[in-house]
Amino acid sequence: MNKREKGCVAVAREMELMQGNQAIAEGAFYAGARFYAGYPITPSSEIAEECSKRMPLLGGIYMQMEDEIASMAAIIGASLSGAKAFTATSGPGFSLMQENMGLAVMGEVPCVVIDVQRRGPSTGLSTKPAQGDIMQLRWGRHGDQIVIALCPATVRECFMLTVAAFNLSEKFRVPVIISPDEIVGHMRETFRVPEPGEIEVIERKKPTGPPEKYKPFTADKDGVAPLAAYGSDYIFHVSSSMHGPDGYSNNNPANAAWRVEQLHRKIDMHRDEIVMTKTFATEDADVLLVAFGGTTGASRAAALELRKKGVKAGVLQLITLWPFADREVALLGSRAKTVVVTEMNYSGQVAGEVQKVLGSGADIRKVNSYNGQIITPQEILKAIG
Amino acid sequence: MWCPGCGVGVMLGALLRSFEELGYERKDTVVVTGIGCTGKADDYLLTHALHTTHGRALAYATGIKAFNPKLHVVVLMGDGDSVTIGGNHFIHAARRNMDLTAIIINNFNFGMTGGQFSGTTPGGAFTQTSVYGNPERGFDISALAEVAGANYVARATPYHVWEMKTNIKEALSKTGFSVVEVYSPCPTNFGRHNDMKTATDMLHWLKEKGLPVEAYNRLRGSEREGFFAVGKLVDRDEPDFNTRYEEIRATAMAKKG
Repeated sequence: MNKREKGCVAVAREMELMQGNQAIAEGAFYAGARFYAGYPITPSSEIAEECSKRMPLLGGIYMQMEDEIASMAAIIGASLSGAKAFTATSGPGFSLMQENMGLAVMGEVPCVVIDVQRRGPSTGLSTKPAQGDIMQLRWGRHGDQIVIALCPATVRECFMLTVAAFNLSEKFRVPVIISPDEIVGHMRETFRVPEPGEIEVIERKKPTGPPEKYKPFTADKDGVAPLAAYGSDYIFHVSSSMHGPDGYSNNNPANAAWRVEQLHRKIDMHRDEIVMTKTFATEDADVLLVAFGGTTGASRAAALELRKKGVKAGVLQLITLWPFADREVALLGSRAKTVVVTEMNYSGQVAGEVQKVLGSGADIRKVNSYNGQIITPQEILKAIG
Repeated sequence: MWCPGCGVGVMLGALLRSFEELGYERKDTVVVTGIGCTGKADDYLLTHALHTTHGRALAYATGIKAFNPKLHVVVLMGDGDSVTIGGNHFIHAARRNMDLTAIIINNFNFGMTGGQFSGTTPGGAFTQTSVYGNPERGFDISALAEVAGANYVARATPYHVWEMKTNIKEALSKTGFSVVEVYSPCPTNFGRHNDMKTATDMLHWLKEKGLPVEAYNRLRGSEREGFFAVGKLVDRDEPDFNTRYEEIRATAMAKKG
């Protein structure tokens, strides 16, 4: 074996044929997640299986809870004990998690939730892809609240966005949802897990100063309060009920208004840091394809095909679904003659948001699939005509 | 604050005395509450605390304890939280033998929402949603805890307040899932519809019908009708979740080599 061949072997050993769900688990470990609680559900179960194998070796905890309600509760509890904690599920389980996810919003508890989307409604087609939870990601919890939702399209993005999700969650004390669809969760691609230090990993801000003065909801200038851990000298109170800066119940209307505003403001303040998109040949695009997750690949293939025919087509891939990439859509969408939104749902959940941004006069075409099948480049080309 | 004659405050007093006598530090203690009259208790505490959603307190506490086994984690719930909306979490926390202390105020109705029947309201009892009598049967929380696998189970009442403190101290000291069920007067919403018009009437009921475990066990069959056992019901030492998890971790590490 010559030197070059040896080098290839070394690289080949590092490269792995990895599944999207597995890359999510790897991303979580890389980000420092040491607590997983979940209830198995197709098509997300590989994440649980990976955690059950690896958490004991990493010094972490894998818990299989009695349902998704308990899973969500357990990761919030563990996070308050100081863990980076996460869970994974799909539609039916994601619905069950909503109430407790609301507590994570209200109590500003960092945590990451993976929703590997499958075709519904209800039990639906458990092994088939869909992107039907887009509005649920944003509005699934009752009350007036905001979370962050990211959507990977490749195995590499599954890893990278999981690290990003933990970073955003720790930084802004907010639940972050990652919402691949079944295609992306079960897709296999070669991937090399980065070495420690290659990608930034962010830890939550800890309190400093006298413990008796610590108030878990008094935000710093960046809109976020430091978070202690149970068991530390910084004794603190977290509540699902409306509470003051000290975490104790407070029914005062001015306090309630401050609280609701503060939960929203910390996300609004950092909007540009949170909203991520990718563009592909959009500089001169007359036809703008808006895609995310499992529709991204087909949209790029369709754009390439159109370019061959002389049509200037490009793709805007939404990586952050919520908060919505309104400015990015406005910038590219207003330059294009036609905007095509490809998504695996009937109602055009993202198309509606695009319409909201571009106005009723815009030429917006919807390419939707809702039969549990992937959208093909041919179907997209047909819509453009 | 709670209504005059309510048992929650008596339980909270016994719990705080127990903390003091056992030398618990505020920083090492987390009190987790649910929703309802009992769920208000955390607002009066200076320990670490988490006030959760209805019925899910045990699941939150499970995460807290699993990640930091050094913490004393105490869960305060009513009969709604523990065995009605949260029944699934209750049996699984017991099965898993989480090292948690669950103190349950059982006042046989949903007090906070105005007195509707709950999962422990006895058959035939009158509440705001069973004005003709409750068609359902009520759970026996202590029996449920025993069969589900709790290491320690006791039943207490605010009438037997010093015994209650003893039971709470034993429960706190026990490794594994421990339950203290507190039969509690709710003169506002339960007693007055069920032939116990005043708080005193309800205390009389607890005094006369609550028998020490030994005395209760001497009764046979129909003699037990209307009576209930007060005191320690279950005391065993099965390994708790965290102990078992560390054993599994050791196996995993050995296999990895």
